[in-house]
Amino acid sequence: MHDINLGVIDYAILLVYVAAVLGIGFALRRYMKSSRDFLITGRTIPTWVTGLAFISANLGALELVGMAASGAKYGIATSHFYWVGAIPAMVFLAVFMMPFYYGSKARSVPEYLKMRFDERVRALNSISFAVMTLLASGISMNALAKLLNQLLGWNYNVSLWICSVVVMVYVLKGGLTSAIYTEVLQFFMIVLGFAPVVYLGLKDVGGWGSMNQSLQQVAANPAALNLGTNANYNANAWTSAWEPLLAGPEKNPMGVDWFAMVFGLGFVLSFGYWCTNFLVVQRAMAAKNMTAARNTPLVAAVPKMLFPALVIVPGMIAVALMSNPQKGYRIPPPPLDQAVYVKAEAVVKSAATQPPDAAFQLVAQAVGKKMDPAKVAALIKDHAAQPLPMPAFKQRLDESITEYDYDGVIISLVKRYCPTGLLGLALTALLASFMSGMAGNVTAFNTVWTYDLYQAYIAKNKSDEHYLWMGRAVTVVGVLLSIGTAYFARLYNNAMDVIQLVFGFVNAPLFATFLLGMFWARATGTGAFLGLLGGTATSALFHALTIAKDNAPGLKGGYLHVAHVFPSEMAQNFWLAAFAFTACFILTLVISLLTQRTKTDEELKGLVYSLTPKIKDEDQPFYLRPAVIGVVLLAACVVLNIIFW
Amino acid sequence: MGLDIRWPIGLMFLVVGLLMVIAGFTVPPEQLQRSLGININLMWGVGLLVFGGLMTFFAWRGSQKNGQNPPGK
Repeated sequence: MHDINLGVIDYAILLVYVAAVLGIGFALRRYMKSSRDFLITGRTIPTWVTGLAFISANLGALELVGMAASGAKYGIATSHFYWVGAIPAMVFLAVFMMPFYYGSKARSVPEYLKMRFDERVRALNSISFAVMTLLASGISMNALAKLLNQLLGWNYNVSLWICSVVVMVYVLKGGLTSAIYTEVLQFFMIVLGFAPVVYLGLKDVGGWGSMNQSLQQVAANPAALNLGTNANYNANAWTSAWEPLLAGPEKNPMGVDWFAMVFGLGFVLSFGYWCTNFLVVQRAMAAKNMTAARNTPLVAAVPKMLFPALVIVPGMIAVALMSNPQKGYRIPPPPLDQAVYVKAEAVVKSAATQPPDAAFQLVAQAVGKKMDPAKVAALIKDHAAQPLPMPAFKQRLDESITEYDYDGVIISLVKRYCPTGLLGLALTALLASFMSGMAGNVTAFNTVWTYDLYQAYIAKNKSDEHYLWMGRAVTVVGVLLSIGTAYFARLYNNAMDVIQLVFGFVNAPLFATFLLGMFWARATGTGAFLGLLGGTATSALFHALTIAKDNAPGLKGGYLHVAHVFPSEMAQNFWLAAFAFTACFILTLVISLLTQRTKTDEELKGLVYSLTPKIKDEDQPFYLRPAVIGVVLLAACVVLNIIFW
Repeated sequence: MGLDIRWPIGLMFLVVGLLMVIAGFTVPPEQLQRSLGININLMWGVGLLVFGGLMTFFAWRGSQKNGQNPPGK
């Protein structure tokens, strides 16, 4: 990969952005008087601001990079994460769940669990949330710093530390308010920075219609582009969201069927994430009143619904570009270490004396990736005739690799289309997404640590000044721990798989606990606690007994016994979520019925649906009532699903 | 909170837009092959100036209404 040079203007744009986010932090410094100001804001922020912060906190670098990667791998079906997953979940949060979060005066999601159930459930949830948040932050930082290093030649350590220190400074100065305000700025930066890249990409592939035609040719013969060996895909496998899904798992590149999609992703995973994750819910809780809090996810849903155009389409553009040899584009190959190049060079040299088949085997083994036999043969021949200098050799070797590093899609397009100027803007957008995700994690972590762990179990009844000090201190600790996680994830190639696995285990059953807690007064603390543990155990067991096609038993599952083989990892994940949710739901239900309620109806007022007076929205004009807006949003979602059917 | 977020957003995009417009006039034509021959810096720079201008305008109008001052003091 060639490095790309940034001009003075590119750096200037980057600096203006950094100055703006730091400026926001410093401007807010004087309002940080109590731990509430710092950790949960004064609850005076306007709805449009909390709404944009709500999605921006979720729009981390992993989201941008990962959705483009999925767009390339699975096509428009990736939009299910938005139009089946996120939007309905956000509407549900706004209409049904927000009244309990906001109305209970809880300062965090774990604190709500304490009010509704008991200390055990809160402890379980806050510990797992705190750990996951830091891990998520670290993973995301590692992923981006690695990409910047591989594709732009930036120094890994410098990218990691500079971004982290900027985030740390503005969060330390202005607390959650500062994180929320900068997230709004970052939102506009991300959208306005990537929109021109998508525009140029679409223009390059000849517009939407022509891109779809190219993608249909790809679906007819995915093996030609090394996009899988399955020759059975529907012709519209990359260009239609539902038809290939309804045709069955072997007809679409995701390898999932409609039930796993709708129940596993749509219901369990998405509702679990959007409705219970304090990272996003915290933004809504900072709104100025109940209506504003309920409207926050609804405001967020509007841009969220349109995001596929920004984040999924680039992946589709990349595949369409690859299908046209004249464009001279390929998704970057997985990066190799310097040591591998050196070893491969020696092998290529010595392989010249071997018969072609054996020579190819040797080289492919040395590189450890799937390779193209014809290109390897040509490389061996050329290198024997006249030894290539290392940079040229590296490039030829990279070109012979037939695997893709899908995470490189976004940056490779930025490099392809951006002249100096736009380059600075697009890279700033990427860094903005990185920072918004990280600030989101850090501010959620410091609140849960200070209020739900430190104040609850370690140092009760201290002065507020003490908790404010702790909030600040733990912000620094949180940033440092995320950096540590980033290095850990970098050190071990499979660290990321492990971490994501743990996420799945813990997050999948969580929504069942909230659903029963909020809508069934009979659910007891013991039921919720054991149900949650049982649900997590079920995920772990399910994972130990199943595996996805083409994976070896081990980290990717099936290490106890292979009871079932799924067509794809995605199918495995969706089904795992479905099983874990069901297990947690049934266990909580049964154990609750067998145990005594410890909370009276009076205590559960404001925490459970049937015991809480319904919110009257009559004083609001009808078009501002959450239920009305929610229905409109869902209708819009249905329309989008039909358009891209 | 005493900060109207429209100020920093507006001002930042005014400066960034200006930088892009400058890039529109100074970036050598051969670099524009990347952006398919379109002077995307100039076009998008003007777009950002308009966006930044609107944000700043609304922030200013808000400050007239509430008697709030721009960020800083």
